[in-house]
Amino acid sequence: MDTNELIRAIAADTGRPGMPMRRAWQIAVLAAILLAASAFLAMLGPRHDIGEALSTIRFPFKFVITLTLAVSTLALLRALSQPTGAALTRLLLLLLAPALLALAVAAELLVVPPSLWAVRMIGINSLSCLTFIPLIGIAPLAVFLATLRYGAPRRPVIAGAVAGLLAGAVSATFYALHCPDDSPLFVTVWYTAAIAILAAIGAMAAPRIAQW
Amino acid sequence: MSGSNETELAGLLRAAIAGDEKSYAAFLEQAAIMIRSFVRPKIAHGAIDAEDVVQEALLAIHLKRHTWITDAPVMPWLHAIARHKLIDALRRRGRRTEIGLEGIAEVASNHAPEPLVRRDIERVLDMLSPAQRAVVAAISVEGCSIAETARRLGKSETAIRVSLHRGLSAISARFRRS
Repeated sequence: MDTNELIRAIAADTGRPGMPMRRAWQIAVLAAILLAASAFLAMLGPRHDIGEALSTIRFPFKFVITLTLAVSTLALLRALSQPTGAALTRLLLLLLAPALLALAVAAELLVVPPSLWAVRMIGINSLSCLTFIPLIGIAPLAVFLATLRYGAPRRPVIAGAVAGLLAGAVSATFYALHCPDDSPLFVTVWYTAAIAILAAIGAMAAPRIAQW
Repeated sequence: MSGSNETELAGLLRAAIAGDEKSYAAFLEQAAIMIRSFVRPKIAHGAIDAEDVVQEALLAIHLKRHTWITDAPVMPWLHAIARHKLIDALRRRGRRTEIGLEGIAEVASNHAPEPLVRRDIERVLDMLSPAQRAVVAAISVEGCSIAETARRLGKSETAIRVSLHRGLSAISARFRRS
């Protein structure tokens, strides 16, 4: 079979154009949110004082961080799922959430006496954070990796890691509804570590899953 | 792989995605020419058959055509797929590449050299299921239409389309593993 013969065969296969990536990502995000929400409600549920917590500064700010991470990593991941990849400037999106968190940490260090820094950082729920963020995030990660497989990622390791960050951001958004530790110091250490677990799994799995 | 026919190619691919077979064939012929001229100078020493890379790239273009954003330029997309397939072919053969991509050369040199096996697409055809092989061969080698193939094999056109699509996917997967 020479190339012209192959072209004949390919040209005849016009019946089933797949859905565009844009649509695929919309479905993936919806599925990921539903899966994370069900896992969260089945395993944890929101904390009981959520009404009071909402009127504080620290509790809502957790969602500013996790949602910023979610939106910025989604924008990056969509570009990374294409054969043309993402421009280097797009990688700067990854700095957005850490920058906001750094500001929050600076503010926290200003208002909290040094004797309480360690207490706030260690919190009471670190083990639960390290357990449940990866657990809630694993199904969303599977969805994002499947979407990468449907696409054609140019750099699968990076794409897989960013898929893990996005899964972690979705998961952490739900987990934050449950967790009583609201200090940015706690978020910086434990949320970051928990999300990094998902990013590592994504980076390792993507080259096998999303080969094309 | 540069050219002033961006607009023409994008138009052809748009028509192809909408289901026009003739535009698709015209698009693929031009894409093959561009990929060939991109690939050949980079594998001058003959360890890889440039035509194999062209065919792999055409299959990838086909199976991943939903990753083209229809109002984005088509040339960078074609180029990215061709480069991906070239790097893949070089990596499989354990050769260094001089394409100048970050980290790719290291990836390539980490793999032990494999014996040089000239892949033969006839053999790839043989690895398809008998039903898929009959369909792919009738359309590609003998130039039959979907309707003619359906009549000849005594099956529905839908069944022929499914076999053709699965056959092409299987050939692409075989290329990757060989």
